[in-house]
Amino acid sequence: MSAVRATDVVKRFGEREALRGVSFEAGPGELVAIIGPNGAGKTTLLSILAGISSPDAGGVEAPDGAVGWVPQQAALYRRLTVEENLLLFARLEGHEDPAASVEEMLELTGLRERRGEIVARLSGGNQQRINIAIGLLSRPAVLLLDEPSVGLDPRQRARLWEFVAALAGRGTTVIFSTHDIQEAERYGGRVLVLADGESLFDGSAEELRRAVRSEAPESADRDFETAFVAYLQHRGH
Amino acid sequence: MGGVRWLLLKDLQILRRSPLQAALLVAYPILIAVLVGFAISRGPEDPRVAFVNEVPPNTRINVGGAELPKANVKEQICKRVECVFVDNRDQALEKVESGDVLAALVLPADLVNKINSLSTLTPGVPEVEILVNEENALKAELVDDRITTLLAEANLRIARRIGKEGGRYLGLIVNGGRFEVLGESIPILGLQASARILETVTPALPPRLRPSLEEVTEFASQARDNLDVAKPLIDRLAQPIAVDKVVVGGESPPLEIFAIAVAATLTLAFVVVLLVAGSLALEREENAFPRLTRGLVSESGLLVEKVLLGIVAGLLVTLLMLLGMKLFVPLDLGRVGLWLVAIAVAAAALGAAGAALGAAAREVRAVSLLAFMVTLPIAFLSLVPSGAVGAGLFDAIRFLTALFPFKPALEAIQAALDASGPGIGGPLLHLAVLFLAYAVIARLALRRFATV
Repeated sequence: MSAVRATDVVKRFGEREALRGVSFEAGPGELVAIIGPNGAGKTTLLSILAGISSPDAGGVEAPDGAVGWVPQQAALYRRLTVEENLLLFARLEGHEDPAASVEEMLELTGLRERRGEIVARLSGGNQQRINIAIGLLSRPAVLLLDEPSVGLDPRQRARLWEFVAALAGRGTTVIFSTHDIQEAERYGGRVLVLADGESLFDGSAEELRRAVRSEAPESADRDFETAFVAYLQHRGH
Repeated sequence: MGGVRWLLLKDLQILRRSPLQAALLVAYPILIAVLVGFAISRGPEDPRVAFVNEVPPNTRINVGGAELPKANVKEQICKRVECVFVDNRDQALEKVESGDVLAALVLPADLVNKINSLSTLTPGVPEVEILVNEENALKAELVDDRITTLLAEANLRIARRIGKEGGRYLGLIVNGGRFEVLGESIPILGLQASARILETVTPALPPRLRPSLEEVTEFASQARDNLDVAKPLIDRLAQPIAVDKVVVGGESPPLEIFAIAVAATLTLAFVVVLLVAGSLALEREENAFPRLTRGLVSESGLLVEKVLLGIVAGLLVTLLMLLGMKLFVPLDLGRVGLWLVAIAVAAAALGAAGAALGAAAREVRAVSLLAFMVTLPIAFLSLVPSGAVGAGLFDAIRFLTALFPFKPALEAIQAALDASGPGIGGPLLHLAVLFLAYAVIARLALRRFATV
């Protein structure tokens, strides 16, 4: 059973086709990485899955309920505290006991001690954790993260992925986009490769390595990122 | 509407977290109220003018050998300006050059003699001297206006006095009476009595002399009639053009009410437009807009929230300002209900305009600049009175200012403050139409709000 499914999704911006019939699905508790160069259509696909924009053709289904969306840049009110931000969105989500939801998210993000701090004073990593926690307030079956680790240092990144993996461990389907091929390989249980709006690959990280080696054997001895770039070139991107 | 309530609370929290912004919102209306209040209650200061009177004491204006009563020209002048009495022209010159006085008025020693010569065969030209330091154009204009007006008034008083004396002499010639000269009282027969005597003696004369005497009697009679006509003519010479002011329209409120309404509307416009436009643009800058409109709040709901924020802030700030003004100018607190209606409706229309600007400009800095660039000139244009510019230009200004809520807001607040002025219904209707129009524009502009 899939938690979210996209079927032949097409999206155009004027003359340009940002997505060309992309199909894709993810099951409960899966951690899916969407990778690809700039302009590949990663953010467009996530925004269509999130319901922020609608496809020109094809469709999206999320049978198990709400889809949580965490934009690339933290969508937070920087002059409010951590707690005020969480409380506001819990209220807007219509929670019966918003205060309890806030406590739950503070526990989940490990930011209980910093609940009274103005968000602008938090590190990028902590802001991103609040950003994700707000995305989780709708209690989604599927959580979409648009390049969640951009701008974070390695320590912050490690803590973020630990947090995200814990979510997936609890059964939340997590789909994230990233430029970082090693991050996709390390944290993505499945990898979807997009380039110029086309879906080039959908499978595990190990399967992607094999595909890269077979299609770009001249780069097989080099690091995975270089081999991946060669693979894209072989596929005409 | 629940979402709107929480967003409004959030915006007020953000406002509270921005001490500079919050302080400005409170301090600005208080400062404006105090400044306008002082300006209205104190009135303009009289300009300081040095006054040199070189005319010998006890010299009086003389008409036909008789001295006129004092015209009190000096007292009249010193009622209108602050006279700084100095002894001579040099002292006056020094005070003007140092900027201690705006100008100096010098009455030369021969002034009265020259005025007296006007009724002789060799009339002179009476002159006064004005010393001015025209260091800037505004000052020069002010001096010209004030001094010219004062001298015109002095001329008028002297002319009236001369006219009155002339009329008295004419009355003496026509009606007869006693004329005081060199301490002696001389009886004057008068044309009326002369004609009567001639008519009485005519029948006693020989018939051949009667036609000649009848001619003299006729002349005396005509002279009396014509001199009677001459008297009012002499009176009119002093002030040939009388002013009859007829107000044909445009009921104007008292000046202080107009000034308060302008200050209040200006404050309301800036606070509401900047706050609504800025806070809408902030939703985009904080990346919250797509998250909010993804099922949490509708785009229309977000607009309603921003306009409500404008109304709340506008009511608070403008009410605070009007209460501050009340310390200086008596405002009728019995009309406070109308104040609230006028401010709320004006704030709603201004808020909708602010939302349209915010949705169109999208970035906080651009929005602030745009809000100033739109509000300030519209406010100035709204204050241009008819007749101050050409008819075509005024029509264009009237059309332009009718498209922005500032002018109807000013009219509504003015009507709310002043019971004797025009009604509040028209401006409120105008504001309601503008509110709807700007709400539609803002809603359309929000469609491309989240895009880069």
